[in-house]
Amino acid sequence: MKLSPSQRAILSGKKGRGAAKAMEILAALGRIHGAADMVPVTSVQVSGVSYNNIGEHGLAFLEEWAGMGSRAVVTATMNPGGADRRIWKSLGFPAAFVRKQERVIKALEALGITPTLTCTPYHVGVVPKLGEHVAWAESSAVCYANSVLGARTNREGGPSAIAAALAGCTPRHSLHTDAGRRPTRIVKVGCPVPTAADAGALGYLIGRLVSPDPGGGVPFIQGVEPPSGLERQAWLKALGAGMAASGSVGLFHLDGVTADAVALGSRLTKGVKVKSVIKELGEGYRALHRGQGRLDLVALGCPHASLDDLARIARLLRGKKAKVPFWIFVAEAVRLQAQAVGVAASLERCGATLVADTCMVVAPLKDLGIRILATDSAKAAFYLASHHGASVYFGPLEQNVAAALKGAWPKDQHA
Amino acid sequence: MPRKTLKGRLIYSGKGSGRVLKSDVPLGLFGHLDPKTGVYHEAGHPLDGKCVKGRILAFPRAKGSTVGSYILYALRKTGKAPAAILLRECDTIVAVGSIIGSIPTVDRVDIAALPDGALVKVEGREVSLASH
Repeated sequence: MKLSPSQRAILSGKKGRGAAKAMEILAALGRIHGAADMVPVTSVQVSGVSYNNIGEHGLAFLEEWAGMGSRAVVTATMNPGGADRRIWKSLGFPAAFVRKQERVIKALEALGITPTLTCTPYHVGVVPKLGEHVAWAESSAVCYANSVLGARTNREGGPSAIAAALAGCTPRHSLHTDAGRRPTRIVKVGCPVPTAADAGALGYLIGRLVSPDPGGGVPFIQGVEPPSGLERQAWLKALGAGMAASGSVGLFHLDGVTADAVALGSRLTKGVKVKSVIKELGEGYRALHRGQGRLDLVALGCPHASLDDLARIARLLRGKKAKVPFWIFVAEAVRLQAQAVGVAASLERCGATLVADTCMVVAPLKDLGIRILATDSAKAAFYLASHHGASVYFGPLEQNVAAALKGAWPKDQHA
Repeated sequence: MPRKTLKGRLIYSGKGSGRVLKSDVPLGLFGHLDPKTGVYHEAGHPLDGKCVKGRILAFPRAKGSTVGSYILYALRKTGKAPAAILLRECDTIVAVGSIIGSIPTVDRVDIAALPDGALVKVEGREVSLASH
């Protein structure tokens, strides 16, 4: 792989030991993936932040890297950690866990990474444009950046994203190239997909369908479009998050909607031979909606909720009071906005809690005594069952709000 | 002693020698390989109960969580790291783990040509096998 003189200087240690380690990682990954050279990136998003996921060894590694003294040379943000940094005590997070979590954040900050602690950097001001190269790690954010925004990123891991932040570049291959962004399969959808939960279920099915395709699959989806108005963004987020969870999709094209599909038109699908049809979402709902027993928590905001999402939830609650714990996960920056415009207060009057810096997937649920949850997120439903062994009710936002108000999952609308 | 030499693709350069510990099926790092003891735990797996310390760990590819990279780093810290890793296809998880754990690693190696227990020396991208 070709390295520029300045990249070779980084590799030889001229910009510090931490940056040299970063370039060593990037060069090896470039070699494995057949990259021709490195591409400069404008932003980085780092995953592997929750202590619940990375544990003692991950923490030790990050502290050692931080101790080498190199810092990010581009905008770099953090994925959610394992606890709300402000209200952890009242939510019941163990102090010992929070102390470990703070050490992870401190090490990452020493590496020059900003503690946004969100899976939605695009809700807190990091919004790459069409054709812009970035190195993001959170799988749902990767899907959103590539597909909806038309930016270019591979699915990075924690260390490879940190490496990109310290070196300011990433190996150019796969989703950074035109060839790597070509659809591997056309997926025709033959059923209505009205809600964000439906989009999540569809994403879950598509992720599984395309996973044997080269590079984990790049679906070109036809026959559906997102709703207009406030739910549009939530729908697109849910679709990408679902397929990034059940498969390893980093980019989807939606006919006439997503950035590359709009920019390239029919040129994008030229020569794509493999075609599949999805006729109904029932299989997705049957796999994700398997809740049994009394609800411990209604958990929304996976990926993290936007201000629009919060306004919609507040409207659905209509001033009524939740009968079970009702958490909505957001970025701290969005919680502050919600407090400023009054949405936070109206949600709190209804018994909902805005929880920042973490989410249901990466928090230590067992320590919190949470085993039975309701959610409108296909991604959350998938990981809550597979990683936490939780029992999960999965359905549209309206049904989750009804569950919170009733204190139990209401009769299913979906056949 | 005459030697047979295999060549692969270099992932992380270094020298290592020891006896081959081989699995014909993929290896899960996170949740299976205990960094405190170096012992692999997975019911029904050919390496179940075996210690990787000082061995030439040979397997087709890794499986499972991306946090697996940190397990290779942890094995270095606890002194239970394998002497080298040889595999058919290296993914991002193993590559990052080899670099941060400083474990010599070569992929595109014909694992079938490496008998379990054989004495092997790894140097750069060359794997030499003692033949008797």
